[in-house]
Amino acid sequence: MPQYSVLGQRLPRVDGPVKATGKANYADDLVLPGMLYAKLKRSPHAHAKILSIDTSEAERLPGVRGIVVGADFGKFRYGLRPDTRDEYPMALDKARFVGEEVAAVAAIDEDIAQEAVELIKVEYEVLPAVTDPEAALREGAPQIHADKPGNISIHMHTEFGDVDAAFKDADYVREDRFYSQSVLHGFMEPNSLVASWEPPNRITVWASKQSPYFLYRNLANCFDVPLSNVRVVQPYIGGGYGGKNGSYALDFAAVMLSKKTGRPVKLTLTQEEVLTAQRRRHPMIVWLKTGVKKDGTLLACECRIIADGGAGTAIGPTTIANAFYFMNLPYVVPNVRFDGKRVYTNRPVSVAQRGNGIQQIRYAADVQIDMIAEDLGIDPVEIRRRNSAYTGYTTPNGMKVTSCGLQESIDEALKAVDWEKEFRSWPEKAEEPTGRIAKGVGIACNSFCSGVRLRGHNCCSAVIKVHEDGTVSLMTGSTDSGQGSETVLAMIVAEVLGTRIEDVVVPQTDSTVTPVDPGSFGSRVSSTAGNAVRIAAEDARRQLVAVAAELLEAKPEDIELRDRKVFVKGAPDKSMRFRDLARLTVAHGAGTTVIGSGSWGQEIDPVDFEKGIGNLAGSYTFGTQAAWVEVDTETGKVNVTRMVVAHDCGFALNPLAVEGQHEGSIGGGVGHTIYEHCVEDDGQTLSSNFTSYAMPTVGDMPEMISYSIETLDPVGAFGAKESGEGTQVSTIPAIVNAIHNAIGVWMTDLPITPEKVLKALDEQKAKDRVLSEVR
Amino acid sequence: MKRIIELNVNGVVHEVVVEPQRTLLEVLRETLGYTGTKKACDSGDCGACTVIIDGRAVLSCLTLAVEAQGKNIETIEGMATGDRLHPIQQAFLDKGAIQCGYCTPGLVLSAKALLDENPKPSREEVKKAIGGNLCRCTGYVKILDAIEAAGEQAN
Ligand code: FES
Ligand code: FES
Repeated sequence: MPQYSVLGQRLPRVDGPVKATGKANYADDLVLPGMLYAKLKRSPHAHAKILSIDTSEAERLPGVRGIVVGADFGKFRYGLRPDTRDEYPMALDKARFVGEEVAAVAAIDEDIAQEAVELIKVEYEVLPAVTDPEAALREGAPQIHADKPGNISIHMHTEFGDVDAAFKDADYVREDRFYSQSVLHGFMEPNSLVASWEPPNRITVWASKQSPYFLYRNLANCFDVPLSNVRVVQPYIGGGYGGKNGSYALDFAAVMLSKKTGRPVKLTLTQEEVLTAQRRRHPMIVWLKTGVKKDGTLLACECRIIADGGAGTAIGPTTIANAFYFMNLPYVVPNVRFDGKRVYTNRPVSVAQRGNGIQQIRYAADVQIDMIAEDLGIDPVEIRRRNSAYTGYTTPNGMKVTSCGLQESIDEALKAVDWEKEFRSWPEKAEEPTGRIAKGVGIACNSFCSGVRLRGHNCCSAVIKVHEDGTVSLMTGSTDSGQGSETVLAMIVAEVLGTRIEDVVVPQTDSTVTPVDPGSFGSRVSSTAGNAVRIAAEDARRQLVAVAAELLEAKPEDIELRDRKVFVKGAPDKSMRFRDLARLTVAHGAGTTVIGSGSWGQEIDPVDFEKGIGNLAGSYTFGTQAAWVEVDTETGKVNVTRMVVAHDCGFALNPLAVEGQHEGSIGGGVGHTIYEHCVEDDGQTLSSNFTSYAMPTVGDMPEMISYSIETLDPVGAFGAKESGEGTQVSTIPAIVNAIHNAIGVWMTDLPITPEKVLKALDEQKAKDRVLSEVR
Repeated sequence: MKRIIELNVNGVVHEVVVEPQRTLLEVLRETLGYTGTKKACDSGDCGACTVIIDGRAVLSCLTLAVEAQGKNIETIEGMATGDRLHPIQQAFLDKGAIQCGYCTPGLVLSAKALLDENPKPSREEVKKAIGGNLCRCTGYVKILDAIEAAGEQAN
């Protein structure tokens, strides 16, 4: 392992003190002089033509300063690609889901704004709605977008190898249906922004966005102002997990209200609005057919998915593409066929959520591999080892594995759980009485993209400014929504410049100042922005070293920067303080202000949304998880008691942050598997608070241990790969496999509620009875 | 009807004009500028708005400002001494218990109410004390570690 002075240390986060003391400002904490407060009027119907909107009474309410409706935005539509621009800033001709934004009011306080919202009269012609994706695909189903026949938002069909021949050659073929339900991001900070329009054409927004540059572009297009006049400033972000990437009605509405009223406008959603009408994860039906040889070697996979996209496409193409790409890893599958449909329904829009599309498919695949192992009497570890991807492997569609620690992660996880002793397969113990509390253990493996290559703007950039006292500013457009990237990027600067992390300041992203950045998604920041920051720091270092060489009369290659000091190799008497060097760079000779800059992007093919050909990401992570569960066979309640993660993150830039990412992923995964579900009735979300939408509390979480496998990836910054999402992918199958190990049933329909467990146990008993009668 | 009341926040007495239906959370954040107290659900389901009143952890979104008159209100802003973090804050930092930070003030105050009463709680007691605080980022493990460490340090 390389020796670093800053990287690799368990350093506390740089924004920790402001967050711990309550001084960190989030969007809703901001107040501007003359600021108005806005509220949204939402559709009560899942699908309805808007016949008229009467705002006259609302306008007359004292304290109301402005009202906007969809028509204020003309025919502007936005979306990820030109052909997927299917969302209006606010509903225009019709409402397509319950809660869609129809109008917005700005007033001198929130209560008045809310009262005015209630005074707005909207006349609707209610249309038949469709809230089930399979129903939406049927002939004669209500059409949600006139220009998208059959309610197809995205359709991807692709094939590599000879799938049919491989199934013929297979000794064993198994086909199963899996369902992953509708779940929410669950961030604690509701979406919020303060918007200020300055005439004639300047926009400033302080918005809770994990990827502020999406909004920057959308606002420029929507309001027809130059990009240089769009200032998106990033306050602290109270969690995102994919749910604060895009631009939403509240953003457009707040800016338009500010433009209309000439005053700054704050629009903060209530948590109820977030839970019922904001973005959510794609629910997905997955049919997976897999053929293997007798020894468990995978020969072919065929997968069909129907993803419920809700009423808009948003980043949906990436979700479907991800699902296909990750049929191909972490296991070697020589022949694959995929048919993925993303279907419009009259539901809130589905987007990325930690694991975007990968979770749903890997849940299916990593449970099914356990099913196959059991059917063939193969050890579940053995079957995974036999099919594991490896360093240097290229998948049939062209994904290149530059480093792979999957086998090592299996070793590490098994060691940690004492697997040999702990695990006995269900068939071995099926005859034994379990008692009321049945215990089981299961494993699952994962793979994830580390730095996806996008279409369009892809690279990350960084600018480093060295102040004359030796402190340093790092300007980056990569945002930290809690994952700790600000700290990790500051560590990279400190490492390269030989200073300390406390000398590095990372100001807020501000689109007029910080470099354009694609955003914090696809597990890009550490690997991709990390490389840009490294290059920028090296650029600054070169400039500093040139001056140091002159001052110390040494060769530049002999200059070393370490712990705030400058040394000359082989000349211990020659040295100076880093801060003196920084001061002298501006004062020496003509002087130079040290500004380092750098850009970096993956030099690979852009993501192929049609056929899935090529390399999706710069590199890929691999991991193994083991879960222990206890199932109460009387109540059906599942309790996850312990979870071990071994994850190949390439290099743990900051192990404390890496662990935090795993633990958060497990939290999200446990919720997804057992507790969370948007309860809906005809498109109306009934689970409208944190009691009915039950995310795990401290009492629901297992004890967790995580291990990092360090494979020093050749692509990622300092060998690092992602650690923010892969673990959420394998949390689900690890738990499902453990439940099977405890009670002998396969839970293929999430979430695994007590009712479903009891029903499965009843069916199992009935089956056993029939079998024993036959015998 | 608006009324003038006195609120004692972190030892400082503030006179504020409030309507009787205003929650303590609203008055702390909007009238007095104590924005460290976070509003996440505004309905008693998440603990982000936790403050301490007369030694007890209380949800400020479910408390009317008028009810807090004459009582000692502690918010996150009152915990550090100058630049020196309170041991609980320091433990949250050192143990990696903070990510996005939105739940942090509420959790730190729930922890303080517990440790003031019971400086050496068992892990189960800690879990019980923060059972009403939601955190989506951390999976809670490091939060538990931090509170235990802060408790041990106080001893
Ligand atoms: S904001 Fe008070 S409990 Fe959630
Ligand atoms: S740190 Fe983000 S919710 Fe707890």
